[in-house]
Amino acid sequence: MPVEFRKDIFSEERDDNLNEIGQPTQRQDALGHVTGRSPYYDDHLFDNLHHMRCKRSPHHHARIRSIDISAAERMPGVRRILLGKDVPNNLNTLLSLLDFGIDDEPLIADKKVSYIGEPVAAVIAETDRQARDAVAKIRVDWEVLPHVLDVEEAVRSDAPTVNDVYPDNVFVYHGSYDHQKLRYGDVDAAFAQADHVVEGRYQMSPIEQAPTETCGAIAAPETNDRFVCYTSTQALFFSLGTAAKLLNVQSNRLHFIGGTVGGGFGGKVDSLHEPMAILGCMVTGKPCKFMFDREEEMQVGAPRGAERWYVKDGVMNDGRIVARKFTGYFDSGAYTRLSSYAIIKCVGHLPGPYTIPNVYADVYCVFTNRTPATAMRGFGITGVDFAIEAHMDKVAETVGIDPVELRILNAYRDGDMKAHRRLAKNTALIECCQVAAEKSGWRISDQARQASSLRDGGGDRAQLPPHTVTDQNGRVEGFEGTGYAGGNKGGMPSPMEQYQTIPATPAAQPAPQPSQTAAPANRPAAQPSQPPASSVPPPPPPATSPDADQLRDRTRHSRRFSSISGLRRR
Amino acid sequence: MTKKPVQFQLNGDQKATFVDDGQNLLDVLRRGVGDLTPKFGCAQGTCGTCTVLIDGQPHMSCLTLAETVEGKSVTTTAGLENGAELHPLQKAFMEQFAAQCGYCTPGMLMAAKALLDTNPNPTREEVVEAISGNICRCTGYEAIINAILSVAGNSPQRYGVR
Ligand code: FES
Ligand code: FES
Repeated sequence: MPVEFRKDIFSEERDDNLNEIGQPTQRQDALGHVTGRSPYYDDHLFDNLHHMRCKRSPHHHARIRSIDISAAERMPGVRRILLGKDVPNNLNTLLSLLDFGIDDEPLIADKKVSYIGEPVAAVIAETDRQARDAVAKIRVDWEVLPHVLDVEEAVRSDAPTVNDVYPDNVFVYHGSYDHQKLRYGDVDAAFAQADHVVEGRYQMSPIEQAPTETCGAIAAPETNDRFVCYTSTQALFFSLGTAAKLLNVQSNRLHFIGGTVGGGFGGKVDSLHEPMAILGCMVTGKPCKFMFDREEEMQVGAPRGAERWYVKDGVMNDGRIVARKFTGYFDSGAYTRLSSYAIIKCVGHLPGPYTIPNVYADVYCVFTNRTPATAMRGFGITGVDFAIEAHMDKVAETVGIDPVELRILNAYRDGDMKAHRRLAKNTALIECCQVAAEKSGWRISDQARQASSLRDGGGDRAQLPPHTVTDQNGRVEGFEGTGYAGGNKGGMPSPMEQYQTIPATPAAQPAPQPSQTAAPANRPAAQPSQPPASSVPPPPPPATSPDADQLRDRTRHSRRFSSISGLRRR
Repeated sequence: MTKKPVQFQLNGDQKATFVDDGQNLLDVLRRGVGDLTPKFGCAQGTCGTCTVLIDGQPHMSCLTLAETVEGKSVTTTAGLENGAELHPLQKAFMEQFAAQCGYCTPGMLMAAKALLDTNPNPTREEVVEAISGNICRCTGYEAIINAILSVAGNSPQRYGVR
């Protein structure tokens, strides 16, 4: 198929000349791939390589009364069996490296398990076979607990607590709210005036990334009292920091080598293999490999989490959507991992690529007794986009308008104000719809065909709503604020702060409590001192609420960040 | 555990090694004789990334008992190059973007070679059939099929290959 370019679209806006795109370009790693010489982590040979296998929970939720490893220890080839108490700092949350969230997940569970497959012991043996045989000899005395697998059941007050750090089964944002919220305009007033109100419920299942290469790592002693670690990670420095924290070692004692990944798709961001392999290497002095087999990859490997969405639209007879309200539940599984962050991305994306003057969202990161969820392509966005686009079709049907034209009618245009208070820029949904309609022979009206993202945006559409309804729904007490979104360290606004131009309820937000978190009782008593990320002093109270003019001004003159990190070049 | 001596040809070289009872060929190739080109993807015969040729026939080495290759000839991706020159299949995969992460590539190449060695002029359907036991998760099937067809006897243009 010849590649077709639409450089004509927005040609006067482009400042590039696309020297590479459209030309065949040799990938720098292709030669390694076709000769089989690309060095994946498992392609590093070590004499006397030891193998690690985990004893895993057969229950959704159970307390560990005791673990008997005596028979397993006597099995041939077994060098060591690791339990939770052998992990120097056995509690972590991946995003603690960004000072976001409370440590809530042990590397090896020692008190209770909260999902099927959670590791409770790790055998290190001379061969993989021996490690597996020994795992089969480990006896665990379980006290099976009631479990919850559905997000809405999990948030009911009678649900069993999945994760002791968050007793209500919901992640707490910035120490203040049990959900991530978006308030823009007044949806209820708009619903009252709309010609139609269209409601829908949407459910996405978890999806396993299923890379062809399973996740894993090999660690070996190196000179200078260091450990080298070959890993399949997609996030090398993230994994390095996580391993250093869990193992309570200086990160300069860890020499990480990665970069050749046999497919990841997000599933290789969670760093559990590196600390396990390095710990195995530390306690045995031998090179040690910890690698998922295919079954573990499918069952224990963190998937894209499930999501449930309720979407409610207020629509006029001519197809204009005047209000959109979301209630969303991300199924984080038993631990936080990256779901809380996925929701921040998600809420920044709402209400999808449409200019809607009144938007409301409450999105919950819910703990259930399922496999912890993590990143996958477009995470935070893909699931809700499914809900939004399915809902757009439903709206089109209700109002009796062509679904493509409905999208063109409501699409963002350049200069429009988005619900997260940024002006839309480089929008192209209208043109995408037009090309898709043309290619598929879908007939749209002349008016829709002549619409343009470059025209008719801005003006009134650039204005913030005259009035935004705020509330204290979901306000919680007793959690520490974290510096990620609210803090301002050393004068530099954090990326999140720039991103969240306005806190949802700036005036009403009191200073974060420098009090205890709700969690301390659940933390291991003899915890080594917290690593720097968690010991940052509580952030200063937010500045007084900026008034509306100031806000508008800030928004207008804000830099045109289009990514969360604010780094993407215009 | 008893060890058994096994002798076989690997990419034209004579190899002799000891294998454990029940050890699979993938393990012996990678750990025993140090040919790392066949990859581990599942050890269940479902992904095909461990595919090698045994006497010219494609086999999943993870499901092949190592001792059964006694006296046979095994070909892996390491045996495709001719000196410094790439095999036409390797060249085609490289130039036509038929590898993304590259993890399935050695298996794909061996499945393709097995096909072209016996059927130099396959149809598109025959190519699809030949690689049907090989999973590519980076969704490169179109490019892979086109790359294989481009080195087959058929005119590449017929298939719209650049
Ligand atoms: S590793 Fe042999 S088929 Fe997957
Ligand atoms: S290129 Fe990644 S699995 Fe095929």
